[in-house]
Amino acid sequence: MTPPTTPMKYLLLIYDDQSAYATLDEQAAGEVYAGHMRFAAAAGKRMVDGAELRPTTTATTVRMRNGERLITDGPFAETKEQLGGYYMVECADLDEAIALAALIPVVSGCVEVRPIVQRDEGGNEL
Amino acid sequence: MVLEGIAAGSQNGSIEPTRRLIAEVFRQDAGQAIATLIGQTGSFDLAEDALQDALVTALERWPVEGVPPRPAAWLMTTARRKAIDRLRRNATLANKQEQLTVLVRLEQQEREAASAPEDWMDAMRDEIPDDRLKLLFTCCHPALEMEARVALTLHTLGGLTTPEIAAAFLVPTPTMAQRLTRAKRKIREARIPYRTPPLDLLPERLPALLAVLYLIFNAGYTAPTGAQLQRRDLCDEAIRLARILVGVSAREELDRAAQAEAQGVLALMLLHHSRRDARLRSDGALLLLGEQDRATWNQHNIREGSALVEQALRLRRPGPYQVQAAIAAVHAQAMRAEETDWSQIAALYGVLASMTCSPVVELNRAVAVAMADGSLAGLAMLHSASLAEPLANYHLYHAARADLLRRSGQHGEALQAYQQALDLCQNAVERAFLTHRIAELSAVGGDGV
Repeated sequence: MTPPTTPMKYLLLIYDDQSAYATLDEQAAGEVYAGHMRFAAAAGKRMVDGAELRPTTTATTVRMRNGERLITDGPFAETKEQLGGYYMVECADLDEAIALAALIPVVSGCVEVRPIVQRDEGGNEL
Repeated sequence: MVLEGIAAGSQNGSIEPTRRLIAEVFRQDAGQAIATLIGQTGSFDLAEDALQDALVTALERWPVEGVPPRPAAWLMTTARRKAIDRLRRNATLANKQEQLTVLVRLEQQEREAASAPEDWMDAMRDEIPDDRLKLLFTCCHPALEMEARVALTLHTLGGLTTPEIAAAFLVPTPTMAQRLTRAKRKIREARIPYRTPPLDLLPERLPALLAVLYLIFNAGYTAPTGAQLQRRDLCDEAIRLARILVGVSAREELDRAAQAEAQGVLALMLLHHSRRDARLRSDGALLLLGEQDRATWNQHNIREGSALVEQALRLRRPGPYQVQAAIAAVHAQAMRAEETDWSQIAALYGVLASMTCSPVVELNRAVAVAMADGSLAGLAMLHSASLAEPLANYHLYHAARADLLRRSGQHGEALQAYQQALDLCQNAVERAFLTHRIAELSAVGGDGV
């Protein structure tokens, strides 16, 4: 809120209906791809990292229960929308992160914007 | 917020008047001071803590040394010094680069204030509207939930205490305290910017601001709890902020719908506010629109409000606030209650109902229809399931029903309905009005026709 001295890192989590992607025709799939290219161009150097995730059928969830490792097949939560990819971006504030998030193409889902805690070498929050 | 300290320790009778004055000064100027301090420090918490410290100092000193000649300036200066103290104490901790930057800036302002106090105060006054607007946009950011927006705005700009806001929204105080804490934490941790948004974001942000301002106006117009019906300072604050918004939206190349609704909400508030001196009898009892002395309506407010409605409607983007303002303007035009154009009002409520799908609007429409076409026509609308069900726990629904029943001579049913309204009502002045009606009807007795 103060004239920001350091940029903030935000994770833009892309939740969408996986099955919708499976049925996209070539042209629609091309538009989604072009949308991501447009996003990357708009974000420029602000994009720190990003990736497309394999479908949730390939996911494994690891829990710890009383010191025991409990491994289950599938994602943490089974919902209509799944986490399909993410971008990590560096922005001045939430408004800027929201503006970028709005550029990410989704078929029927949404993008969640999560601020990332940043610490210095001493472990203090920035 | 800061006023909780006063409420908590107000037993000593001898210092009571000074305490009351301190409460008044804080109520009036805390919003301004908070907005400026957040602008300077970038922290809601630091700004509030500093103001709290200033309050403690006022409580210690004013009863002994007397009230300073310019309490608002004193408040601002003291709060800024307290912020500097707090930053100095904390800045020794590791990694406080940003705090140090803020500290340097505050100390610079402190020196400027000391060398040229008059100029500094003038400069401050010019800055203030901007700071308050920034605070308003921050508190009403769409990344906060709606309840939090209203609560935070009332808390910071309106200077309402947490228990007061909790009472206004019928939730326990700890729940409201938690809501406020969560909202402030999100502002800080997600870094919601403290600024007036750029042009391209204004159309997206303005409607939320209008909604919050109107809620604040209403909280002031009919204080939901307590002995007083009105909190005029809240009404004034809402109008003042709406005026700034209208100015902003007119200046910029905004879309016409946002512009028209900003004018609509300001017009609506002004037209309601014009009746502020007519709503209460000298003994504090509530007077309905038809019983008010229209000579005491503020004609300046009415002229400004009516002109704004016309100006807004010329933009040809009608919205709920404009229609409500148009209804208030029709009322304002009638020099005597009997001259009110109820058919036009009922028609306008019809338009409003189609825009909002709100049962409360339908309730008002039913009352207007009763005035235009007779009590029985209105009662028929009130008793339809689409109104009776959603409004079963709304005291004004039962009060309106009671009134129409009374007018149509069904005194037994009217009594029952007034009692239902009384059971649901929390405002002392409204309760007194309902109790009075019940006493009147009981005196008449039975189902006199």
